[in-house]
Amino acid sequence: MNLTLHVWRQANAAAPGRMERYDARNVSEDMSFLEMLDVVNEQLIAESKEPIAFEHDCREGICGSCGFMVNGVAHGPQRGTTVCQLHMRHFKDGEELYLEPWRATAFPVLKDLVVDRGALDRIIAAGGYVSVRTGSAPDGNAISVPKEAADISMDAAACIGCGACVAACPNAAAALFTGAKISHLGTLPQGQAERSRRALRMVEQLSLEDFGACTNIGECEAACPKQIPIEMIARMNHDHLKAAWQTRGARKSGGGE
Amino acid sequence: MKLDSRIPSGPIEQAWDQARFDMKLVNPANKRKFNVIVVGSGLAGGSAAASLGELGYNVKCFCFQDSPRRAHSIAAQGGINAAKNYQNDGDSIYRLFYDTVKGGDFRAREYNVYRLAQNSVNIIDQCVAQGVPFAREYGGALANRSFGGAQVSRTFYARGQTGQQLLLGAYQALEAQVDAGSVKMYTRTEMLDLVIINGKARGIITRNLVTGQIESHAADAVILATGGYGNVFYLSTNAKGSNCTAIWRAHKRGAAFANPCFTQIHPTCIPVSGDYQSKLTLMSESLRNDGRIWVPLKGGDKRSPSQIPENERDYYLERRYPSFGNLVPRDVASRAAKAVCDEGRGVGETGLGVYLDFADSIKRLGKNAIEERYGNLFEMYNRITGEDPYTQPMRIYPAIHYTMGGLWVDYQLMSTIPGMFVLGEANFSDHGANRLGASALMQGLSDGYFVIPYTLGNYLASNKLEKVDTSAPEFAATTKEVNDTIARMLSIKGKRTVSSYHRELGKIMWDNCGMGRNAEGLTKAIQQIQALRQEYWQNVNVPGSGADLNQQLENAGRVADFLELGELMCRDALARNESCGGHFREEYQTEEGEAMRDDENFQYAAAWEYGGENAEPILNKEPLEFKYVHPAQRSYK
Ligand SMILES: Cc1cc2nc3c(=O)[nH]c(=O)nc-3n(C[C@H](O)[C@H](O)[C@H](O)COP(=O)(O)OP(=O)(O)OC[C@H]3O[C@@H](n4cnc5c(N)ncnc54)[C@H](O)[C@@H]3O)c2cc1C
Ligand code: SF4
Ligand code: FES
Repeated sequence: MNLTLHVWRQANAAAPGRMERYDARNVSEDMSFLEMLDVVNEQLIAESKEPIAFEHDCREGICGSCGFMVNGVAHGPQRGTTVCQLHMRHFKDGEELYLEPWRATAFPVLKDLVVDRGALDRIIAAGGYVSVRTGSAPDGNAISVPKEAADISMDAAACIGCGACVAACPNAAAALFTGAKISHLGTLPQGQAERSRRALRMVEQLSLEDFGACTNIGECEAACPKQIPIEMIARMNHDHLKAAWQTRGARKSGGGE
Repeated sequence: MKLDSRIPSGPIEQAWDQARFDMKLVNPANKRKFNVIVVGSGLAGGSAAASLGELGYNVKCFCFQDSPRRAHSIAAQGGINAAKNYQNDGDSIYRLFYDTVKGGDFRAREYNVYRLAQNSVNIIDQCVAQGVPFAREYGGALANRSFGGAQVSRTFYARGQTGQQLLLGAYQALEAQVDAGSVKMYTRTEMLDLVIINGKARGIITRNLVTGQIESHAADAVILATGGYGNVFYLSTNAKGSNCTAIWRAHKRGAAFANPCFTQIHPTCIPVSGDYQSKLTLMSESLRNDGRIWVPLKGGDKRSPSQIPENERDYYLERRYPSFGNLVPRDVASRAAKAVCDEGRGVGETGLGVYLDFADSIKRLGKNAIEERYGNLFEMYNRITGEDPYTQPMRIYPAIHYTMGGLWVDYQLMSTIPGMFVLGEANFSDHGANRLGASALMQGLSDGYFVIPYTLGNYLASNKLEKVDTSAPEFAATTKEVNDTIARMLSIKGKRTVSSYHRELGKIMWDNCGMGRNAEGLTKAIQQIQALRQEYWQNVNVPGSGADLNQQLENAGRVADFLELGELMCRDALARNESCGGHFREEYQTEEGEAMRDDENFQYAAAWEYGGENAEPILNKEPLEFKYVHPAQRSYK
């Protein structure tokens, strides 16, 4: 099949960007979307033009490197699929495709389709962990975890940190990403000791970055390639509210003389 | 070159305890005065940086991705081994040790492997405490599955995303240290060279992949945990960015490269579908627990699998290896698949594929149970091929997956360059000539969490290290070399793209240094690679400049290094006149086509020393001793 691509080209963070038109010819339906772009890039290099920069690594839908908008949809049209796992059999001959980077103030464009998602690391650094000294852990089976808790935790932990939820959200909020980590650790017995502090700090970090506020629109869930359910945001809000309440209580009872 | 492996003497069961006791310690208050560089944030580098930061060292950690969480360890699917014996099925540290030495076809160090088996139990404890959501039984206890090359169930897993969950555990521990200020993380930063001062590793030169800035970093010790080099074959199950640059450039600065030709070919990957193919996707080996492998009995049988009756199918692994059946080790399973395809019995359009069939398991256990175990893998298969493995068998074929070879390290994980340590897949230490499934994750975490925190301290405490900063002339000299190489690459502006060379190299490697190797092919391959390399430096086209984000330039440097490493791999394969593990020399096989080892002449680790630009590399040998597991021909019959 043959396709027409309109791709966002931007030399660096400071430069202005624009859409450019390219032809993708003889695309096989067994190609992945990124393999289609590889072929376009080889052609561009042969014509002494600069290839399109896009991020990728595993090409298996697990590292979270890849991601851009295809016709306004994060990771393209197939639900629950990263753009590296999207195959060309889902497109028709003659289609026009518009490729744009994630659009969010918190994710500045570095070049073409590549953005800076460092804010997501900083959210994890603000308490998205269980503090445990290397070598100090008790036997693995000393902590029993009910299968249901392990399953919910795993559902949340499946987040690949791609940022599609932010890109899809009209407010550019990172609530699904943050809620997923808070739920992953908060549903396990190991995560209890730091549960309140974690929720407080991570939510605070969210507001320090340039993310918008969550208003429960739900676009994030639809865009998420790992189908992280929106209930993770409710879990985060629950933990955060409870923690905020507890610290207020603690201050009251502990303060004074 | 002198190879001092520093293997402890004395009984193997107490060796690591004794070694730890004998090691010098760094006073807690002094730790923050030591600067340590960790290159790599995968399971090995991430766990090392987190643990060293926690101990109080001043750590800088580097990765080329935009976040440490994206290191290639994230892609590991199947699981991690540990000798917990939670299943009460007869497992023990000794048995895991035994299986690993035997699985490695008697080409690994016994003492290293024993330590690995010991550490395996602590790894599970550590990861559980971090909140890794391992699979559980209904009673709340940890669940296990079995993997190839073992007859006990000792593999721990988190659905089909074990590597992801273990890496997130290490990543979160790392970010906790970033938060605490003890680790500084440099993302999108690639190490391009090692700086040596007075014979010791004292720093690295990096390139900022966004701004193109070349920077110097000084330290008291350098740790490389940069992963495997399977992408020398172009098509592999590795991530696109996986490369050999850090270890190769360190090799050129004096680090011996051990057993470069020991590569693992994984039997269960999705077959190639076209020329544009950019990578191969693994279907976890755990599938062999419930899937049965077969091909039609007769060659050229083009019927659809459902129309081929039972008595016209050949379940060749079950037939040839009745006691291990579909669970034979990877090298054996891969070669068997190649053999049936060579006989013209392969399936699919290209004839390079065999069936992995779940029909019997679905009948026996129900679709739900299979979905629970492998749902995400089945989905991935469906996404890529458009076929439904619940109703028709998967098609699989072997692909390059893992590199057992790597930089030579002693028992303390130090390379032949003092002060430079190598962890994880980047070193050669524990898997011999073949790695058992679920053992790489174990090794990465053992190295990072439980070995380096001791051995690094020992190095720092027993050496007087003069103060060094980046104003030392060695930094300027190395920086100049790095800049010159980049400028040279950018100036060629020839006619062929970087990836066209990479593909061509990959084909030479796969045809001559892949599943089957012989002297004639290897000799030819060495010449072809030399010619290709020469052409590369005259005719490659690297567009753009070095002063900004330039993915073609990044790749050009990596391919240039692969073009050198590929030759060394062929030389190593040519020098090893025996078949062992993943190294199958066609001249050395039994009548039934099984590998024929030659312990008398080749029971050693080959540690290659760089000879210089146009000189041949020098082979050094570290003899291997087997005091506990007696070398025998591996039998999985
Ligand atoms: C698809 C797949 C599935 C697997 N499944 C399993 C499994 O189920 N069980 C198992 O035990 N093993 C499995 N393995 C093997 C295992 O995942 C790897 O061997 C292991 O994760 C390697 O870890 P590492 O820390 O050594 O390297 P990696 O995780 O590859 O990390 C390398 C790090 O080095 C950095 N880096 C590299 N070069 C440079 C440079 N020049 N400058 C700066 N940074 C650099 C990278 O950014 C990265 O952070 C699998 C492998 C693959 C490919
Ligand atoms: S929640 Fe989903 S969309 Fe958001 S970062 Fe995680 S995987 Fe990506
Ligand atoms: S490239 Fe790793 S998720 Fe797409």
